[in-house]
Amino acid sequence: MTDQTPALRLENIVKTFPGVRALGGVSFEVFPGEVHALMGENGAGKSTLMKVLGGIYQPEEGRIFVEEVQTVMTSPLQAKAKGVMFIHQELSLAEELSVAENVYLGELPRKSFGRVDWARLYAQTDEILDRLKVSFNARTRVGDLSIANQQMVEIARALTVEAKAVIFDEPTASLTDAEKVVLFDVISDLRADGVGIVYISHRMEEIFKITDRISVLRDGEYRGTLVTAETDEDEITQMMIGRSLDLSRNAAPVEVGEVALRVEGLSCGDLFQDVSFELRQGEVVGFYGLVGAGRTEIAETLFGLRTPSSGRIFLKDEELKISSPIEAIGHGISLVPESRKEQGLILGMNCRDNITLPQVDDMTAGPFVADGAEVAIFDQYRDRLQIKTPSWRTSVGSLSGGNQQKIVIGKWLAMRPDVLIVDEPTRGIDVGSKSEIHNLLRDLAAQGYAVMVISSEMPEVLHVSDRIIAMYHGRIMRKFGVGEVTEDSLVQAISGIGGDGQAA
Amino acid sequence: MTKPTLSGLIKNGAIWGFIVLELIFFSVAGHFWSMSESAFMDFGNMLLLLKQSAPIGIIAVGMTVIMINGNIDLSVGATYALSAVVMLDSMSWPIFAGLGDWVIPVAWLLALLTGVTLGLINGLIVWKTGVDAFIVTLGAMLGYRGLVFMYNGEQPTYHLNWTMVDIAEANVLGLETPSLVLIAVVVIVWLLMTRTVHGRNAYAIGDNREAAVNAGIRVGPHMLLNFALIGFLSALSAVAFYSASGSVNPNDGTLFELWAITAVVLGGTKLTGGSGSIIGTFGGVIAIQLLRKGLGYIGADTETVNLVIGTILIAVLFLDKQLNRKGQEELKV
Ligand SMILES: Nc1ncnc2c1ncn2[C@@H]1O[C@H](COP(=O)(O)OP(=O)(O)OP(=O)(O)O)[C@@H](O)[C@H]1O
Ligand SMILES: [Mg+2]
Repeated sequence: MTDQTPALRLENIVKTFPGVRALGGVSFEVFPGEVHALMGENGAGKSTLMKVLGGIYQPEEGRIFVEEVQTVMTSPLQAKAKGVMFIHQELSLAEELSVAENVYLGELPRKSFGRVDWARLYAQTDEILDRLKVSFNARTRVGDLSIANQQMVEIARALTVEAKAVIFDEPTASLTDAEKVVLFDVISDLRADGVGIVYISHRMEEIFKITDRISVLRDGEYRGTLVTAETDEDEITQMMIGRSLDLSRNAAPVEVGEVALRVEGLSCGDLFQDVSFELRQGEVVGFYGLVGAGRTEIAETLFGLRTPSSGRIFLKDEELKISSPIEAIGHGISLVPESRKEQGLILGMNCRDNITLPQVDDMTAGPFVADGAEVAIFDQYRDRLQIKTPSWRTSVGSLSGGNQQKIVIGKWLAMRPDVLIVDEPTRGIDVGSKSEIHNLLRDLAAQGYAVMVISSEMPEVLHVSDRIIAMYHGRIMRKFGVGEVTEDSLVQAISGIGGDGQAA
Repeated sequence: MTKPTLSGLIKNGAIWGFIVLELIFFSVAGHFWSMSESAFMDFGNMLLLLKQSAPIGIIAVGMTVIMINGNIDLSVGATYALSAVVMLDSMSWPIFAGLGDWVIPVAWLLALLTGVTLGLINGLIVWKTGVDAFIVTLGAMLGYRGLVFMYNGEQPTYHLNWTMVDIAEANVLGLETPSLVLIAVVVIVWLLMTRTVHGRNAYAIGDNREAAVNAGIRVGPHMLLNFALIGFLSALSAVAFYSASGSVNPNDGTLFELWAITAVVLGGTKLTGGSGSIIGTFGGVIAIQLLRKGLGYIGADTETVNLVIGTILIAVLFLDKQLNRKGQEELKV
């Protein structure tokens, strides 16, 4: 492999932001037909490095080579012209436009007089969508798609041209297992065609499954490159965070307390039907299922964002009607939502103000907000969750994805809720922080909180939950008690096989 | 709200830099072209400028709050006129005949109440129907103006009370009442927006409404309060101005909404909500008034003045965008 010319090569890239040296002289290369993983903690500089490559950021120092020809990437469009395609970590789609228009955004096929060649546009897009085996077509409005499907649209974009290199920045963060399989097929096709692939992910299983080599960044510095076949998780983790992770978990059955939340026969239109379960103090209950199984909708109903069509909700034996988040919060229910940028964060605001947002009402000294108390809360949760930010004044919009997620979690922890609902708590979070968040959820349960975790990652649900509830098409298929679950039975239950849900 | 950076400094300071530029330009140009004897930067002249900025300035402060919150209010000019009519007309109502000069505070109160009520109506409609504030207040602009005409037809409404004129023209350290009101409004609303819970939440709602709802913020009441505030400030502006002049034409205050928005935008507030500052707006108001006065000083007529202001607005915003381009791009990713 080494005697080939690299498809892409970066040399001593330096990039600084106000208060942060995001990249301090990083070199990196990817060969044609290679899948090269880029790993590192949240905020290590992975996305920044790739944005330099994609022409989004201009580096202060360093050089970029495409097939050993030195190039200056001044814009994403130019990067594309040079055959470098970029699938972004954060979705950037025009929601009002159709899938096809998004896929070919900026270069719609034309007929004479600049008219758009719609027939060709839709045909070409459908061809690409076929490769991706998706359930929607070229004419669907992007805003109507689930986040997972929007991610597939983003991926479809990269397949519109003959690329020399494709960069995937955490493409699987919101994909289901089935979609992941399709994505990996696409990646191996590209690799067979001799395309160089950069793959950023925090998920070890994926890294070992599809990559050839792994380069590690830490605090903006290049740490080294490993050959995937010759390394293991521990070595990578060591390189990334400078220590090994203790993944063991207190296996002793938890002391569960009283029922904190009880749901009886809850239904909401055709989103979910006849859902009953209880959540006890001191336990973590995992909700596992495919995207679209109705888990998020249950969470939203409990948080007062949706009105149930029937069913009852009890908090400590007292029946509740929750018709708004304000009421939910008042009853001690908190929700860490699925999509941090749209539903969780005020991007233009600073870190501190985001964390104190739900409780700032109660933090006043005279007519004014008590700044000092706010900073104290921020400091506490920054330390507890190890949020990496230059200062509390930094606007949340400029944090790395993982650190943004920690801000959202911190915001709700700071409310000290009785029932904490977390929807995909570690989407896009690095292994170190992920295990911190898992430990945190366990700790919270140990302290008597009732925790409901929605996750599409099997290892996560298995690791963090005491009991697991498997859902399929808006119904509970099976409830697994402590120690009852196996991977196989879980997979079956969420695909609608062999559960006890049909009877209900 | 973030750490001061170079581009941040340029951005926040842009409007003040522009003001300094205007001052220098008109002082120098005045030497050659001005008909007037006195220097442009003469102290008395500057005090007069502040006073003349007050009517639009007070309203622009309210507009800043509304726009940070993610809304807009086009009915401010009509609210201003209607409040003025209520104030001047009520002073000759028979029921107040026995009050003597005590009718003055009563009339003021009625005017302010009118403004608050009209603002509350706008706010309630926006809140309860979910119709865009642009549409609601466009309707209100026409509707409220209609009420002004229904009151007295094409005739001006007037009432001269010398005690009131004295109060309106009182002066502390050279600052006349309208200037004092403007300064007080700027300071108080600045504190409101930067230091209180209401201000914090208003920014949050304007930036990301969904996330604000999820954080348990009562979006509706905050919006309502802001509409009441801008109604109040429109009326306050009318009180400050008409107490001295004593006569209101039914067309007074027309286009005030656009001047206010111009000042707000020039002061760096985003049309899309979530960011902006009261102090910036104050700068915007001063910059516009300076431009008007300066151009008049060197002999330009009103039409030319408007043309120049329009051009400069676009030029300044373009420049501001260029200067901040780097920072912006890096933020929105
Ligand atoms: N636009 C920006 N302005 C200021 N700082 C930024 C900006 N973008 C990134 N940073 C900072 O640069 C550092 C690297 O961020 P980057 O997004 O590259 O991390 P990452 O490795 O992709 O993390 P994640 O795994 O969370 O996606 C972080 O400290 C981040 O706060
Ligand atoms: Mg990233």
